[in-house]
Amino acid sequence: MINAALDICGISKLFGNNLANDDISLSLGKGEIVALLGENGAGKTTLMNILFGHYVPDSGKVLIEGRELPPGKPRAAIRAGIGMVHQHFSLAPNLTVLENVMAGTESLWRLRSGTDAARQKLQGICSRFGLTVDPHARLGDLSVGEQQRVEILKALYNDARILVLDEPTAVLTNLESERLFSTLKYMAREGLSLIFISHKLDEVMAAADRIVVLRGGRKVAERLASKTNKAELAELMVGRKVARPVREPSTPREVVLEVAGVSVIIDGVERLKSIDFTLRAGEVLGIIGVSGNGQTTLAHLLSGTVSRDKGVVVLFGEPIGDLSVEGAVLAGIGRVPEDRNNEGAIGEMAIWENAILERLPRFSRHGLVDRSAGQAFARMIIDAFDVRGGKPTTRTRLLSGGNMQKLILGRNLIERPRILIAAQPARGLDEGAVAAVHERLLQARREGTAVLLISEDLDEVMALADRIQAIVNGRLSPPVSAQEADATKLGLMMAGEWNEEHEISDAL
Amino acid sequence: MNAVIDIFASAGLWAAVLRIATPLILGTLGALLCERSGVLNLGIEGIMTFGAMIGWLAVYNGANLWTGLLVAALAGGVFGLLHAALTVTLGLSQHVSGLGVTLFASSFSYYVFRLLVPVAGTPPTIEPFQPIDLPALSSLPFIGPALFTQTLPTYGAIALALVLGYVLFRTPLGLAIRMTGENPHAAEAQGINPMVMRYGAVIFGSALMGVGGAFLTLSAFNSFFPTMVQGRGWICIALVVFASWRPGRALIGALLFALFDSFQLRLQAVLGGGVPYQIFLMIPYLLSIAALVLMARRARVPQALMQPYRRGER
Repeated sequence: MINAALDICGISKLFGNNLANDDISLSLGKGEIVALLGENGAGKTTLMNILFGHYVPDSGKVLIEGRELPPGKPRAAIRAGIGMVHQHFSLAPNLTVLENVMAGTESLWRLRSGTDAARQKLQGICSRFGLTVDPHARLGDLSVGEQQRVEILKALYNDARILVLDEPTAVLTNLESERLFSTLKYMAREGLSLIFISHKLDEVMAAADRIVVLRGGRKVAERLASKTNKAELAELMVGRKVARPVREPSTPREVVLEVAGVSVIIDGVERLKSIDFTLRAGEVLGIIGVSGNGQTTLAHLLSGTVSRDKGVVVLFGEPIGDLSVEGAVLAGIGRVPEDRNNEGAIGEMAIWENAILERLPRFSRHGLVDRSAGQAFARMIIDAFDVRGGKPTTRTRLLSGGNMQKLILGRNLIERPRILIAAQPARGLDEGAVAAVHERLLQARREGTAVLLISEDLDEVMALADRIQAIVNGRLSPPVSAQEADATKLGLMMAGEWNEEHEISDAL
Repeated sequence: MNAVIDIFASAGLWAAVLRIATPLILGTLGALLCERSGVLNLGIEGIMTFGAMIGWLAVYNGANLWTGLLVAALAGGVFGLLHAALTVTLGLSQHVSGLGVTLFASSFSYYVFRLLVPVAGTPPTIEPFQPIDLPALSSLPFIGPALFTQTLPTYGAIALALVLGYVLFRTPLGLAIRMTGENPHAAEAQGINPMVMRYGAVIFGSALMGVGGAFLTLSAFNSFFPTMVQGRGWICIALVVFASWRPGRALIGALLFALFDSFQLRLQAVLGGGVPYQIFLMIPYLLSIAALVLMARRARVPQALMQPYRRGER
């Protein structure tokens, strides 16, 4: 390619017995946006770490504007104009935005930092790309979206001409993601070249000019975004046809859970404002909304970790006060928490320990943990739910996100719960795992479990839910049935636009 | 009551405050520098003891006083190197390594001292730093004897607090050190070598601890005895928190503690009749705990403190 900003030629990298990158070549034109698409473990991040000098490749080379980059030298990569925006931000929360941006950019032996000049340069970049941020704000006080902006600014401040973003939307809300991609497109028009790593089909189709698909450490395809589609990309990425399952019609049965006029106040903030919903056996009720609108509190309320301040909860026809965690488990309420690493599983403990923690009394004998029963139970989950990458005694943090989620789902579903609270169950998972998780939720629905699906993914909710309610700023819209919902209507509902008349007509 | 108030009106109290504060200032600055780079250095108590011993020993064997301080700094730096090798390169627990350094350095001091200095009824002495006469300032009424009758190392320690504050907050080197203590991965991504920063900070910080110890034997007193550091190192560790990891506040904290300490000494003389003196000895520590509780709640700990850094691992 003429005018290539970056050429990656025949990169291979071996970790132990695992060939993370196998003879990968790609090029990036000036002003172009290339998406590096692949599932977790496909070698995307390894390739970018080689590009940025964090790893030394076993063979192959990197050319920037035709000149070879010395391997394994982050500083040389920065100087050559590569800027990296990591998935887990490389930022210091206690320092100011300006300090984060400036660190390492000046000779260490200068007797005084050129703070004023740096601030002017930063503000120049901010106004050129429309990225507003207060240089003197403490970084930890900023939102996640703003912190990512600082990461990008840091790269631009180092005069990056090639920007690499590693799963940039993993931590963003939908709105923040849209804003990010419009910024990236603007940057490309200004002459920057961009690579972003992703496993989300929607966003690579929406934002990239060209898409390079990696699978198992190899480049399997390269497509122009204008000449491909999501189905083809999904197949290339996974290596076989994957279709996300869609619910089949069914008749919901009796009401198992009814929540009426419930409010929850936490630290003086009303997180849930007089919400109403009913949940029936054999249906999926979708609660859709942008993160941070009270979903977490709702999930915690039904899992027994938050207590209500007002309102009534009726479980299996009987009014109950507040659920306790133990009560929830005993009542047959399964829970898939939103934050699987912190609330769903304990990474340092073995798979079998995580599998039995919430039913410990059953796996105790004479006050001692019955290890063999526990491990047998874990083995059952592993087999039934296709958890790959570990034995019962493997430490849980070694599992990939998708397999950890299968473990959590399995722990909850294996004993056919009457209710399942699934909060953002497919968040951050790759395409194959998403399909597997969805299939499990639908199977639970077929078997008569009442599923409450809390999600911010429109496609997910439309594919799985029988009825949908939007959550906005702690308030819950009246339900609409899946038949009468489309993306536009749900989008409006997520923005808080619903008419209260519905409440009467749709009250079930 | 008047007798208690009179204590504050005596120039001697304030002169003692500066003298007592000096080793605390040096030790606190040293510990603060280490912690800003992300390494807790509990070796301080032992390093101060060793500095006190080796500095004194050098002078006792004929070196001049400044060479004595330099020897103490070098010895401190060597223990810093040991601590850094264990915690930075090998990534071992900073608590355990620090306590190990303290136990080793203290015992090693006593051993060397016993080996090289003959046992005598009264401990051998050297000629310590003398207060310097500052023209015009030292002859001011009250202020002169209160503030301007110190030895040069005391003025040096105060100046050093200001210099270190400047370096940490106004220079690229200081920013690189702070960045390393907050997030070494981010520092690495910006082209800063976190290993070099941590080694440098720990070695230099430990050298300051060594000098702080040597001040005790070369300026405050004129002889060495094994228990002389007496927990000052631990006070410094607390002062770092009290100071929210800021050198200027470390200076204030050290002076405040010294004020409590010299106040209780004089209070013993005034009120000591019916009260055991141990009560007075507790006062500065009790006040320190109270001050620590008040100040430390707002402190922002360096985020990577006590976290070993390994390249490429997140």
